Amino acid sequence: MTLPDYEYLRKFLKDQSGLDLSADKQYLIESRLLPLARKSGLPGISELVQKMRSGSSLFINQVVEAMTTNETFFFRDKLPFDHFRESIMPEMLRARASRKSIRIWCAAGSTGQEPYSLAMCLKEMGASLSGFRVEILATDLSQEVIEKSKAGIYSQFEVQRGLPIQMLVKYFKQTGELWQLNADIRGMVQHRQLNLLHDFTGLGKFDIIFCRNVLIYFDQETKVNIFNRLAKVIEPDGFLVLGAAETVVGLTDVFKPFPERRGLYRPNAFSAAPGRMSALGAGAMKSAAVAGL
Amino acid sequence: MRTCLVVDDSTVVRKIARRILEEMEFQVVEAEDGEKALEACKSAMPEAVLLDWNMPNMDGYEFLGNLRRMPGGDVPKVVFCTTENDIDHISRALAAGANEYIMKPFDKEIISAKFAEVGLIQVTSPETV
Repeated sequence: MTLPDYEYLRKFLKDQSGLDLSADKQYLIESRLLPLARKSGLPGISELVQKMRSGSSLFINQVVEAMTTNETFFFRDKLPFDHFRESIMPEMLRARASRKSIRIWCAAGSTGQEPYSLAMCLKEMGASLSGFRVEILATDLSQEVIEKSKAGIYSQFEVQRGLPIQMLVKYFKQTGELWQLNADIRGMVQHRQLNLLHDFTGLGKFDIIFCRNVLIYFDQETKVNIFNRLAKVIEPDGFLVLGAAETVVGLTDVFKPFPERRGLYRPNAFSAAPGRMSALGAGAMKSAAVAGL
Repeated sequence: MRTCLVVDDSTVVRKIARRILEEMEFQVVEAEDGEKALEACKSAMPEAVLLDWNMPNMDGYEFLGNLRRMPGGDVPKVVFCTTENDIDHISRALAAGANEYIMKPFDKEIISAKFAEVGLIQVTSPETV
């Protein structure tokens, strides 16, 4: 890629999307835009830049999309999904042994990688879930993003970030350059458009809430407000999972950190019922033992 | 320092891979085909192999079979890195003992994600652009 092309793309992306690329990200641009250029029948990036310079809005949109849809990927950060498999689900399966249903909410479901990662985790748990009804609700602010999530279709680039190859082979079907999640996995996730700033009590109560990497965009007051409202829709013995750079500490006491599990929180109301607490506390210790800790 | 053997008939690909892997603190050994790669493994077994599929003399698939039959050949984590991006090739590679599979083109994020997947490096929060 020539330097003028690179500088053009850098400035263009900064203006269009706020994406701030440093001077040494040529490889990133090449890896994202070369497939796009080829797919459009162009020999390379400089031809793509020519199209953009001539104002082709089709290319402009596709370039922004290709460069910015890296905000989420399958099994992002890994750790929350270890928590899900090793702590959250074992405890929930015990706690809901009679109700036999578990409700999970991905409050920033984005293009689907997080809710579908959870769905694949559940699928892998197999027989231990038999008889249980597990619901995953994915919400997002953007209808466009939700449509993409519903389709469950991902680029070669997207399926290579965080998704073990065995899972790709097992749960996806290939169509040309694209990979679509199998219908049974897609069918495990419900979608709904939702702005977290608005009332969400209509969604009902949840046992597990994933609310990752969305609160970072809000100011303190809004964060506190959302935490308080999340506390109202989570079961007293439920689990809240936040992003790696997020915490409730210093903001609110409606949730408290779960010991030894970074990013995992429980409603503070949970400790208000001492009898239940000790029973579940023992359960948590047992599940920690199962997890080899 | 751990060693990664980069097997690819393209000098450009080997150079890009070397740069990425050295940043990840691997010592890099290069081989231009499966035969040379086997020789490299005989003299010193690497911890990791980044492996192209289509190469002259001996392709990546054949190399993998030979490697897995060598004494100590079960140790290296083998990550395919190839333009063969259909499910049949991927399934064959996994059945032959590949640990992970990268569909070209690749970048540093993909290599780190895949190396983390097979335990070659620690999982870090991926870099944001």
